[in-house]
Formats: sequence, C-alpha cells, structure tokens
Amino acid sequence: MIVVDRLSLTAGHFQLTDISLQIAAGEYVVLMGRTGSGKTSLLEALCGLRPVRAGRILIDDVDITRHDPADRQMGYVPQDLALFPGLTVAEHLSFALRLRRIAATEQRRRVTELAELLGITSVLTRSVDRLSGGEAQRVALGRALAIPPRILLLDEPLSALDDVTRQEMYLLLRDLKQKTGVTTLHVTHNQAEARELADRLLILEQGRLTEVATAHDGPKTPPVP
Amino acid sequence: MSLSPQRIATRRRCSDAIFFTTLGLLGGSYVVLILALLTADALFTTPGHMWQVIQQPEIQYSLRLTLVTCSISAILSLWVGTALGYLLSRYQFPGRWLIDTLIEIPVVLPPLVLGLSLLILFHLDWGGWRLEDALRDRGLPVTFHVPAIILAQFAIGCAFTSRTMRVTFDEINPRAEQVARTLGCSRAGAFWQIALPQAQRGLVAAGVMAWARSLGEFGPILVFAGATRMKTEVLSTSVYFEWSVGHLETAVAVSLLMVVMALGVLITLRWLGVERSR
Repeated sequence: MIVVDRLSLTAGHFQLTDISLQIAAGEYVVLMGRTGSGKTSLLEALCGLRPVRAGRILIDDVDITRHDPADRQMGYVPQDLALFPGLTVAEHLSFALRLRRIAATEQRRRVTELAELLGITSVLTRSVDRLSGGEAQRVALGRALAIPPRILLLDEPLSALDDVTRQEMYLLLRDLKQKTGVTTLHVTHNQAEARELADRLLILEQGRLTEVATAHDGPKTPPVP
Repeated sequence: MSLSPQRIATRRRCSDAIFFTTLGLLGGSYVVLILALLTADALFTTPGHMWQVIQQPEIQYSLRLTLVTCSISAILSLWVGTALGYLLSRYQFPGRWLIDTLIEIPVVLPPLVLGLSLLILFHLDWGGWRLEDALRDRGLPVTFHVPAIILAQFAIGCAFTSRTMRVTFDEINPRAEQVARTLGCSRAGAFWQIALPQAQRGLVAAGVMAWARSLGEFGPILVFAGATRMKTEVLSTSVYFEWSVGHLETAVAVSLLMVVMALGVLITLRWLGVERSR
C-alpha cells in the first residue's frame, strides 16, 4: 500500500499543496492532468528526485519521505525514457541487478525473462542508440522492472509513439499488469489511454487531486505471487 | 511606378554579391594575416635548419620538458575541471555564483599578473610561515623549479577545463543520472557510470585544450619558474631565450615547432567537433 499524506512541494512557479492519495497493492492508477499541472513533479517527489515541502510518503506503513531514491525501490520510467547512451539493451535490463551484485547466472536468467515478457529478445545485444520508439519504451520498462519495484511510475509512456506502436504498448501494459501485478501509477493526459488501463482514475487540477469514475468496475487484478 | 520582377531579382542578386564580397574581404583579411605570419615564419628558416635546431641538447630538453609538463598539467586540470564543471552544472548551493566567477578570473587576468600572484602566494610571510619554505623543507621546492611550470600551466588550464566540462555536462540530460539513482545508484555511481561516459568527447576536448593552453603559456612561467637553461626551460621560454640573445633563426625554428604542435591540437579539436560548442 502506497500512501501519500498531505504532500506539498514547489516545482518551478507552481505549487502542489496537501496532495493525498492511496494506492493499493496491485492497483493500476492513472493520474490525468493538463500540461504543467504538476503530474511529473508528483512522480519525481514519489521517487525521491524532488524535495517535498511538507507531508509524508509511506510504503507499507514505512515513512520513506526522506529516503534516498536508491533506497525506495521504485521503478521510474520518465517521459523521455532517459536510456543510458552507449549501453546495450541487455546492459539496461541488468543495470539494477549489477548494482545489487546479483550473481551473473541469476542476472542472465532475469534478463532473458524480462526480454521475453517485453518482446525484446531479438534486440538484446543492440545499443539503445539504435532502437525504434516502441523498443526503447520496452527497454525503459524492463530496466524499471528488473528488480520488482514496490510501485511502477510511468510518466506519459505512450505519448511519443505512433498509433500502431501505441496500440501494441496498450496491450503490453495490460499484459504486464496481469502477469506481474505490479502496483502502477501511470501519468497521462490522454483520456482514452486512461480509461483503457485504469483501475482507478485521478485528476490533478489546480494543485488538487480528484478521483473520477473508471471504466473498470470489476475486481482489481490480483497480484501474481 | 513599381519595379518589374526581373529588376527586383537583379537588385537582390547585386545586394547579395555586395554582401558576400564585404564578408569575404573583412573575414579574409584576418585569414590572410594568419597565412602571411605562418608563411613568413616558414620562409625565414629551412627544414634543414629546423632539424639542426631540434638536435640541440637545450632544445631537446626544452621539448621534453614541455611535453611532460603540458601533459601533467592537462591531466591535473582535467581532474579538477571535471569535478568543478559537474558541481556547477548539476547542483545549486550557496556561493555558487561566486565560485563561477572566481574560476573565470585566470582567463581574464593578464598572464604576467597570474605568475606574479603565484610567486607572492608562495613567498608571502604568514607570521613566520611561508608556503615555499614549508614545501622546500619537505623536499619539494616549487619556485624556479619544474613544479612551478606545472602549477603556472595548471592555474590557467584548469579555468578552461572547468568551463568546457561545465558546458559538456549542461548539454547532457541529467534525467539518465536521476533514473540510475532510482535503480540503486549512489550519486557517485551515477556520475561514474552514466554522466562521465556521456562526457567522453568533452573530456578529450577539455584535456586537449588544457594541453594547448599550457603549450602557449609564457608569462607566468617566466615569472614563477624562471627560464634557466636545461632546468626550467620550456619551448615558449626557448623562443624568448633565443630571441633575446639574437638567435632569431633558432627562435623562429622553435616557434614553427610550436605551430606544428598547436596545429595538431586544433585538428584534434575540429575532429572532435567541439568548435561548435565553444
């Protein structure tokens, strides 16, 4: 369970004040809002890249508000993906694993598993500088999922893709949701995308969060053990 | 009465021709000056004489010392300049503007003043304690010794590496380093594993630039290290030495040697494509 309790932060010329939300384990929450409404700043605050003025962030009742980004175990996929130039796809998928000094055989197993899940097995040895938009998106997702994150933070993951690739990514995200059950906060300003994927839909407007009805009224996707 | 389209086109062509001729003449005059300088140098001596000059033990010593000191000072400048450049590019902290201004001072300061300042720093009496004496007692005399050459070159070279590395890091999106931190990297890890590999071209360019600046350094070296034959003589002081005793041909030959080295550096810089970012 992720709890954001009366979080306030300053981002440039605007402020977010007293933002509160709860995301249950395995839930897929979509956060909508206009450009400049503070969606990205909220994601950055959650993963520790932006300091908060007040409030708390709790994961399973542990206050992680002041924790270093490295200690939060959150998977972050920024809008521009921020892949590491010069590294191969496999090196991206194993990046977090290497940092944790996981055994080489286990790293290989995990990389293979992720590559299959994301459909990027054929480009594992390719440098990320030579990937298509869809492939790059999958690599960024895989990099964030390598160590199963406590929450996956997606910042407009489909915005820069063409229609066909976007459709493929919809299916992939739905597939990921079912297979991994990873708790996800997905930021977008695309309504169709939001209604397609959301268990719950939130709107960030003028520094306030509002919950709106979603297309999914059924039970939440159960996490896969 | 309006002009016909043909006349408008003719006028535009005339205007373009005048514009390009003016640009060509103004810009070309400087190019001609540089070419004339190099040609005059080349005509003043012969390859045979240049070779003779290079064979002289004093010039060979000077060449070796130049290569060694320039390389050491460039490496030092690169280390310090990379740290400063990254710090100024990535972090906001109190006094940042002051540091930013301070590191530009060696660039605008007259070189002779920089040398004099170094000399004073090492010989200033701090209540009975002098930096030069303290170092000399530990077996590391600086003033009028080789370390003084390196320090004088470093003092100016580091200003250039800091600036180049700052621009380099400014051009690299910090987002990748941030993502690396969410994956478990420390700040240092993100710097070594993500930022530095992306800054490779800037690093080489900054190193080459620091090396080139060190090669051309004269004033601070003369004041702080002196120009003792076979001791603290580098190529720039060799030119001064030879000229001051009337050996103009030798001075020109050494100058040409420096021109060749400087051209090598410029070609490397062009090859790295950093001319655009300067």
